[in-house]
Amino acid sequence: MTAATAVVEQPLLQITHLEVCFDTWNGRTKVLDDVSFDLNAGETLCIVGESGCGKSMTALALMGLVPQPDGHITGGKILYRGQDLVQLRPEARRQLRGNAMAMIFQEPLSSLNPVYPVGEQIAEVLRTHKGMTRKDAHDRAIELLRQVRIPEAERRVREFPHQFSGGMRQRVMIAIALACNPKILIADEPTTALDVTVQAQIFDLLQDLREAHNTALILITHDMGAVAELADRVLVMYAGRKVEEGSVEDILLRPAHPYTRGLLQCRPDLKLGVLPPRHDLPEIPGVVPPLYDLPPGCAFAPRCPVVQNDCQTKPPSMLPAPVALTQAGLQSIPVVREFEAPPHRAACVWLAANRQETAA
Amino acid sequence: MPDATVPIAAPLSPAPDALSGKTLARSPWAESWAIFRRNRAALLGLALLTAVALLLMFAPRFYAIDPFEIVGSPNTPPGTEAPLGTDFLGRDVLAGIVVGGRPTVMVGFCAALITTLIGITIGALSGYYGRMTDRLLGRVIEFFQVLPALLFAMVLITLFAPSFFTVTLAIGLVAWPSMARLTRAEFLRIRQLDYVRSARSIGASDARIILRTILPNALPPIIVSATLATGTAILFEAGLSFLGLTDPNIMSWGLMVGSGRTHLREAWWAVTFPGMCIFITVLGICLVGDGLNDAFNPKLRQR
Repeated sequence: MTAATAVVEQPLLQITHLEVCFDTWNGRTKVLDDVSFDLNAGETLCIVGESGCGKSMTALALMGLVPQPDGHITGGKILYRGQDLVQLRPEARRQLRGNAMAMIFQEPLSSLNPVYPVGEQIAEVLRTHKGMTRKDAHDRAIELLRQVRIPEAERRVREFPHQFSGGMRQRVMIAIALACNPKILIADEPTTALDVTVQAQIFDLLQDLREAHNTALILITHDMGAVAELADRVLVMYAGRKVEEGSVEDILLRPAHPYTRGLLQCRPDLKLGVLPPRHDLPEIPGVVPPLYDLPPGCAFAPRCPVVQNDCQTKPPSMLPAPVALTQAGLQSIPVVREFEAPPHRAACVWLAANRQETAA
Repeated sequence: MPDATVPIAAPLSPAPDALSGKTLARSPWAESWAIFRRNRAALLGLALLTAVALLLMFAPRFYAIDPFEIVGSPNTPPGTEAPLGTDFLGRDVLAGIVVGGRPTVMVGFCAALITTLIGITIGALSGYYGRMTDRLLGRVIEFFQVLPALLFAMVLITLFAPSFFTVTLAIGLVAWPSMARLTRAEFLRIRQLDYVRSARSIGASDARIILRTILPNALPPIIVSATLATGTAILFEAGLSFLGLTDPNIMSWGLMVGSGRTHLREAWWAVTFPGMCIFITVLGICLVGDGLNDAFNPKLRQR
């Protein structure tokens, strides 16, 4: 164990300058641009952003499942335990999938194969990666169904997907994903298709299993409630780029980037007994620009409430945040940072400008 | 209304009764069978096929007359001398039917098997891998598709002496392109479904995804098509026999129709009875095929 301590220091997964392109009718389109982040063992990283901002594509790139033949990883590294997954041969890459890293998808209703009993689908992973016998895999499948809290696992293991409800199917998907005790679990909006009440159960389950197995969890979501409840760190993405990252407290309490602030304001604030005023919900005007036609500067500039002249020229780089904001219209919160908090950084020209003002 | 006897509201999938806790795990195949079982036309087809099968299996034992042997005077009408009459050479028509069914049906089944195997293999590879593989195999499919089927089979048979093997191969080789196209289309559709993506995400290999994930889901239309292909192959064999392109030393229904056609006015029975046999067999196959088609159709499935 003492020998391992040195290794623990290093992040489990290091993504540096990841770039993914797609060949489309509009030519080669960059869907991920210079995405870098680390993932430590056992931590929960949430990736948030609007639809089409590259959250899911980041997940697919990590899994080595960028849609073929149009998608390509055109740059960057994905370092997992010192080996670059981008350079890995497809066969070795396949061995990692479902074994070292697993993924849960958005649609539990259609993610299970309709012609096999669920138990057989769980057993399949175990037989692929662990070389288990049919019998052992079947027993382990029952055990896994119990772990994801499916009642009467012995009976249900023989049932077919259509006999399960949405929430139960997502539990089966989780059981499949966790079958080989992966180091990394990627959940791509795992509760979007489910009832609110079931959502909480699934999040609880993910949290418990993550703690029990020390699995690192990458949760892709736009549910800020889930972020508040589960995340250790948060990554905010916009138009294929990272715009802000920080601890969950930093992002939720001291959001720096105007886009993050916008995202956080776009949620109805429901309290028991109080009806929120109608038509009072703020929104971010405009839509995410098409990725083949991004503005030369900050991609958020056309929608930004505090857009500057400099925003139009070149994409801003990630700079330390937060800063004591002086400008009106955006709430400013004094910064109290714990010593070991993960770096809170944002890519915004306006922030950088204000930072200089406060520094002066 | 004959349908009144069928309880319309009977649940096809067992009601998930939480209290009794007794739900039967029923596979999609079991559900399809439940639908098939209620289809009267399909059951009639199944009965016809069973009858034909029993006839071909056991009748030669009870009616052991050589179909090539001259048993009476030519063109004897059905009666005591020969139950279904004799043909223009005085051969027993019933003996011909009893013995001649086997090659016809065997050629049909084997040719359909060849068609299905080639079709599934080419279609699956083409649909799954796409791109260059698809383009290459697409050309192969098109090449075989534009060949005039009858001419191609005739050439094959005349090049190699007509035998059970060559006739079967010839029929199988001309029929597979449509099967390949069907399989390809199914693979194209299924390969982008969520459960294929999740199979990939757990590290399943290409071979596994093709054989275990996609193929079972693509099978229903393939089975229907294979059934109908059997019927077509039987007709094709009958057609080749009619033209005298099959082995004349093997009695078959098509051969009987072909040799009897010039004497149709004097001896209608020598042509009509084997013709009826072909008709009944192919009808049975088509009814079963249609029944399977309905049984596999998710839109007709009630929950």
